[in-house]
Amino acid sequence: MTTQLARHTDTAHLPHGHRTGGPRWSLPSDAWTITWRNLLKFKRSPDYVVFAVLQPIMFVLLFSQVYGGSIRVEGTNYTDYLMAGIFGQTVLFGATFSGYGMAQDLKDGIIDRFRTLPMHPAAVLLGRTAADLALNTVSMIIMILTGLVVGWRFHEGILAFLGGVALLLLFSYAFSWVMALIGMMVRTPEVINNASFMILFPLTFISNAFVQAQNLPGPLQAFANWNPVSALVQAARSLFGNLGQSPVSDALPMRYPIAMVLIGSVLMLAIFVPLAVTRYTRTSRR
Amino acid sequence: MPMIEAHDLRKTYRANGEDVHALDGLSLQVPEGRVIGLLGPNGAGKTTAVKVLTTLIRPDSGTARVAGLDVLTQAREVKRVVGSSGQYAAVDENLTGVENLEMVGRLYHLGTRAARARARELIDLFDLAEAGDRPVKGFSGGMRRRIDLAGALVIDPQVLFLDEPTTGLDPRSRIALWGVIKSLVAGGTTVLLTTQYLEEADHLADSIYVIDQGRVIAEGTSDELKAQIGGHRIALALVDAADTGAAREILARHGTGPVTVDDSGRSLEVPVQRGPSTLAAALAELAQAGVELHDAGIRRPTLDDVFLTLTGHLAQASPDPAAPSQIDEAAS
Repeated sequence: MTTQLARHTDTAHLPHGHRTGGPRWSLPSDAWTITWRNLLKFKRSPDYVVFAVLQPIMFVLLFSQVYGGSIRVEGTNYTDYLMAGIFGQTVLFGATFSGYGMAQDLKDGIIDRFRTLPMHPAAVLLGRTAADLALNTVSMIIMILTGLVVGWRFHEGILAFLGGVALLLLFSYAFSWVMALIGMMVRTPEVINNASFMILFPLTFISNAFVQAQNLPGPLQAFANWNPVSALVQAARSLFGNLGQSPVSDALPMRYPIAMVLIGSVLMLAIFVPLAVTRYTRTSRR
Repeated sequence: MPMIEAHDLRKTYRANGEDVHALDGLSLQVPEGRVIGLLGPNGAGKTTAVKVLTTLIRPDSGTARVAGLDVLTQAREVKRVVGSSGQYAAVDENLTGVENLEMVGRLYHLGTRAARARARELIDLFDLAEAGDRPVKGFSGGMRRRIDLAGALVIDPQVLFLDEPTTGLDPRSRIALWGVIKSLVAGGTTVLLTTQYLEEADHLADSIYVIDQGRVIAEGTSDELKAQIGGHRIALALVDAADTGAAREILARHGTGPVTVDDSGRSLEVPVQRGPSTLAAALAELAQAGVELHDAGIRRPTLDDVFLTLTGHLAQASPDPAAPSQIDEAAS
């Protein structure tokens, strides 16, 4: 190593004119560099492929084939009813990757490296959430294809269908920022994993994702009707034309699910983007 | 103009319900083109100092300038001219060596093409050409360190911060890395490095700041520091531990400081003013008292002695439970 260095230095390979970093930072270019890096990571770790591709296929097949015959939904079939629920659950779990990713990068000291570079302060978070959105989109496409194979159909036309997909991804993107902030506050990435399961599983199961809320016992039913996951699933379900004739609750989020999801997503972004960026500019490996 | 200048930096953390003064009025000045070593045990505040100077954390009070730029109000400009390598190799496991460096270059806004070319140059420079296109996951600790150090040199920084650059490395990699750092500073870069290894500070730094409990407790060249605690030391090795008392008494009479005795009672040391003549006199008295010796000699004080004299404790013997574990040398 030393001899090689000496050789290079002899030929003035390291001119000490003190080359500095470029003069401008640019949020799009910095964020793209981080997105590129995160996407490479997805490409090289099989865990992510399993999560993004195999798990959605498994969920669609399990739920539609196992419960398909035993759960009845008025005016439609269970496979149609189910798909929006699976989409909702999968994109929510996908968003937790942003928290895991930030916690892992912080632990590895990579955030410290980034923070000593002349980057835009929002670039790392933007690159993180953008890469996770890309992974979530891949999951969505896989689930849609699997769903179509097992007999799921959307009935409100292609625009409404695309609107439903966009709404699911928007909500998940906004939730990514919440998770990214949490990821910078926990001590280890494992905390994110465990907490996600502890919180998201009850949240998706006490909702209308897999069963009809009106079949739940009283207190659970009230919870399910006000659960943001229910609003998300309800919104997607109505845009896919998969609601059937099941009675709709009087609860506000159930009557205006699309508006609720839009407002909720915008609020999440408005609150958590600034919080996460501020946190980022003060965070460092301990 | 000093390239690095810190004045009365203070930073207090709250840990386990107690206030920890990580920096307690730390001040230092590094002239251009010099290599300064911050020497101190774990928890002395070295890393906190580097984090303040590299804009990673804000001090509670005090000011600092790097290359004439205020680290608090001109953080963005500071980041453009410094390179830094942290205590832990901060490399992305899933990227290859080249990709890691390309990423850093792109984030310095060198442009994708220039960043890629620079990455290749550095990979060659650090003798990683063969492994450069493999994911870092399979790299040894020493190779990761080299990638991290290369990351600090993607620009040709005016000021280079190296936080414990050789912690966790085997002796051979450490010596190789010292060679790299020396070659780099030969070009006129100003370097601030932290270390717990006295030998390393002695070897690399033009001048040393000894840090303990968030403060500078001594400053000077290695020789100046050694001179501060007396010229020479006389060291004896006794044949029989029964003679310890007698030998200690004789040394105490000739010494300028306390006599230290090791656990076995057979090794004794004392600082003295004039080495050779004092040794001769002491040897004569020891012979008269019938103390048998395996070995006797004079030695120059090491930085270990400096540290012991200045702080009352050894540099290494300070296990800090809060300090994160060292890098795993084995490739994982």
